Amino acid sequence: MAESNAGAIAERDEFIVTKGKNKKQLKCDTDSSAGCVSQRACVYCGARVVLNPVTDAIHLVHGPIGCSSYTWDIRGSLSSGTELYRNSFSTDLKEQDVIFGGGKKLAAAIDGLVEKYQAKLIFVYSTCIVGVIGDDLEAICRAASQKHTIEVIPVESSGFIGNKSAGYRAAGDSLLRLIKPADQVVMTKSDSINYLGDFNLAGEAWIIHNYLREMGVEINVTFTGDSTYETLKLAPKAKLNIIQCAGSMIYMAGKMEELYNIPYVQISFLGIEDTATSLRKIAAAMGDEVMIRKTEELIVRETNRVEAIIKGYREKLQGKKAAIYVGGGFKAISLVKQFREIGIDVVMIGTQTGREEEYDTINNLVDDGTVILDDANPAELERFMMEKGANLLVGGVKERPLAYKLGVAFIDHNHDRKHPLSGFEGAVNFAEEVYSTVCSPVWNSLRGKGIGKGVTDHV
Amino acid sequence: MSEAAVNNVHYRNVNENPCNMCMPMGGILALKGIEKSMVIVHGSQGCSTYMRRHIAEHFNEPVDVGSSSLNEKGTIYGGEKNLRQALDNIIKVYHPGIIGIVTTCLAETIGEDIERITGQYLIDKEMEGFPIITASTPGYGGSHFEGYFFTLKRVIMQLAEATSKNNKINIIIPNISPADIRELKRILEQMKIEYVLCPDLSDTLDRPFLPSYTKMSENGTKLADIRGMGGGVATIQMGVTINDTLSPGKYLEDQFGVPLYNIPIPIGVENTDLFINTLVEITGRDVPESLKNERGRLLDGMVDSHKYNFSGRVVVFGEPEIVYSVTKTCLENGVFPAVIATGSQVGKLSELVTEALGDGIEDSKILIETDFAQILATSQKAKVNIAIGPSDGRYLTEKGDIPLVRLGFPIHDRVGGQRLLSLGYTGTMMLLDRITNTLLENKYKSYRSSMYEKYYQKP
Repeated sequence: MAESNAGAIAERDEFIVTKGKNKKQLKCDTDSSAGCVSQRACVYCGARVVLNPVTDAIHLVHGPIGCSSYTWDIRGSLSSGTELYRNSFSTDLKEQDVIFGGGKKLAAAIDGLVEKYQAKLIFVYSTCIVGVIGDDLEAICRAASQKHTIEVIPVESSGFIGNKSAGYRAAGDSLLRLIKPADQVVMTKSDSINYLGDFNLAGEAWIIHNYLREMGVEINVTFTGDSTYETLKLAPKAKLNIIQCAGSMIYMAGKMEELYNIPYVQISFLGIEDTATSLRKIAAAMGDEVMIRKTEELIVRETNRVEAIIKGYREKLQGKKAAIYVGGGFKAISLVKQFREIGIDVVMIGTQTGREEEYDTINNLVDDGTVILDDANPAELERFMMEKGANLLVGGVKERPLAYKLGVAFIDHNHDRKHPLSGFEGAVNFAEEVYSTVCSPVWNSLRGKGIGKGVTDHV
Repeated sequence: MSEAAVNNVHYRNVNENPCNMCMPMGGILALKGIEKSMVIVHGSQGCSTYMRRHIAEHFNEPVDVGSSSLNEKGTIYGGEKNLRQALDNIIKVYHPGIIGIVTTCLAETIGEDIERITGQYLIDKEMEGFPIITASTPGYGGSHFEGYFFTLKRVIMQLAEATSKNNKINIIIPNISPADIRELKRILEQMKIEYVLCPDLSDTLDRPFLPSYTKMSENGTKLADIRGMGGGVATIQMGVTINDTLSPGKYLEDQFGVPLYNIPIPIGVENTDLFINTLVEITGRDVPESLKNERGRLLDGMVDSHKYNFSGRVVVFGEPEIVYSVTKTCLENGVFPAVIATGSQVGKLSELVTEALGDGIEDSKILIETDFAQILATSQKAKVNIAIGPSDGRYLTEKGDIPLVRLGFPIHDRVGGQRLLSLGYTGTMMLLDRITNTLLENKYKSYRSSMYEKYYQKP
């Protein structure tokens, strides 16, 4: 790897390891280095992606217009009811507000929105400047809450207080406030589960709900895909929490165990193997023999169905090499297994916000020689994809054009996608998408002889 | 003159679905058109990531932008250390020929003096003479439109020198597509005119696929050319809606005595005629037959389409400069501009549009510093049946069933925003065809059923 070390940034060394080569512990979950062109967004972004799928809430950004503009309806979370969450409301702070304070404007904005939309819940997101000019979000929200007798919950998501993970935590704190039962209210437990860390992108939560229903599992509420004020309020009733996107939800799950005595298990519905394992885990934790039998029936039926389809793709894809760069650790881990299901080896893997234990799992999972990196930048992605001869990259919107410019296939694993990647259905979509890009005829044109003297050979 | 209802009371407590982005976004775009430039956004990590994401999605190009990644410490004690580190790393990885630093809400609110910091940096590194452009672009200070022109003015202020006269015409380019910029060059070359386009992102953000990828394009406006702008024959600036304080052309005129011709973007017959005639006036050159033929074909096409166009009641929205030229084009073709809207705040759009509208049969609504909730409500009231503007106008289609002709920045839900040609006689024809065909498609979609509903009675 030494030949292309030119340009590498010294302070990034600790964030990159090659499995089998270095014994050092990968550094992760810390601030990005200045000037490294990190692919991460900010605290506010982290909070917004977790809370935005709450469909009947008003999502009000207290800050300048950009924060609201860049996050308007860019995520593919679906709703079975209201579409209020698809609006982006902002206090649109201007210079005079920054000088004189934005508190009054915020209070007036809430008044106006409550009158127009009659929502029961408002999330008020703090942005960088609010953290600096010192508007008392807490007090303003409390006053508005009392005035309108609805929940107005501040989200402490000033951009500079940490990285995207801090935003997950801020969202978690806001959700914990929301689900806290009023004094004297005793919530009776029901035989149900909460599903944490699915944002119902392209209906993914619905797919999982259908499996669980077939198994006989009652779903209490999903955090936060297609959730509402009323359904979230009942969260403490559940007997078990299952967590998929651990990066965003592990903090919540820990707190709910502490406060409401709800144990949690980590699951993942990405890929056939993980989906089957997860369903079994849930059945074992929740049910009797009947549920376990139903679960096995579902798994056998669905596995047989999708295996038959995936087999064809595997034959075409066998031996290709993948690079992974995604937001969270759980996704990365599942993707390694999912690629194996279709005959593909992972040669580079990284995340924006993976945690130490997730990187340990990744390290155990991947082959020797795989590059593992945290908070990567375009220069590093380019370098390792080329060095390792990756045939495709999994990533988000910003990574896509880089892959294409390098002549590398690409899989969208972002929040904006319009097709589900969860469960057995998702496994088929995934294989199909990998095939559609890796085996596309466009790469032939790229490798063609081109134009110029001596190219054609007319006899 | 018609009594166009100008909404001048812009201050609102809440913005519902923004129709503009923030200042540093415009700054990045302007800087991306300069030869071998890299941009650092001085603020928290999220700002640069959000803007990169939007730009990458529109152009389908890798968009590398650095961030000083301000954290809590930097916010409290100042961001100098972060900014210097960002400069170090960007120089190390990208070897830029020029660096632009744009600020954010956060940097401005904590009072960062980037000019001092960068000046000291260059002294410490013994890099005096290396061009670093500094632009103070707080997100709350204006929209991306103002950020674009302000940053461009800073580029010219910091680079242009008092120099001997040259034969080139300076052309100040607003935020138009790479295809439009290439069309401008084609026209200039047809007329054999020497020019400096500033900025020129026709290649930097629309690069061909090449066998090997380089992080930096070789193109963009040459630094030497910008330095020589003070010696230009004249400046043609496509910026009639901006105030003098933002005007790069005005600066060149005041500082170096380069005569300024401030004209609208050449979209539409009258605007393109004005551009060509201005070139003729400055250079004394003849208009080539080929260009006269292009003009003739446009006129021919306008006649072909005029009856279809008469059914159009349009809302034009987006950046003021494009909105003005497109409004005029609609007026030339009998498409009635029922609503003219921009999310930007400063400038002369409303007075220019009011003048262009003249004594119409019906008043148009002009919305300044508006949002999409207001645009939708006003458009529905005005019985608008077609919209022209960037992708966020899909909201008008979804909520108000108003078909959208995509134009401007950003176009994130369709491919080819960078390839949209709308400028010059040929571009105008292509834009007009898109408008006419959208009207026709909409008519054909429903006329059978609507006639049936309206007239058919069971015998």
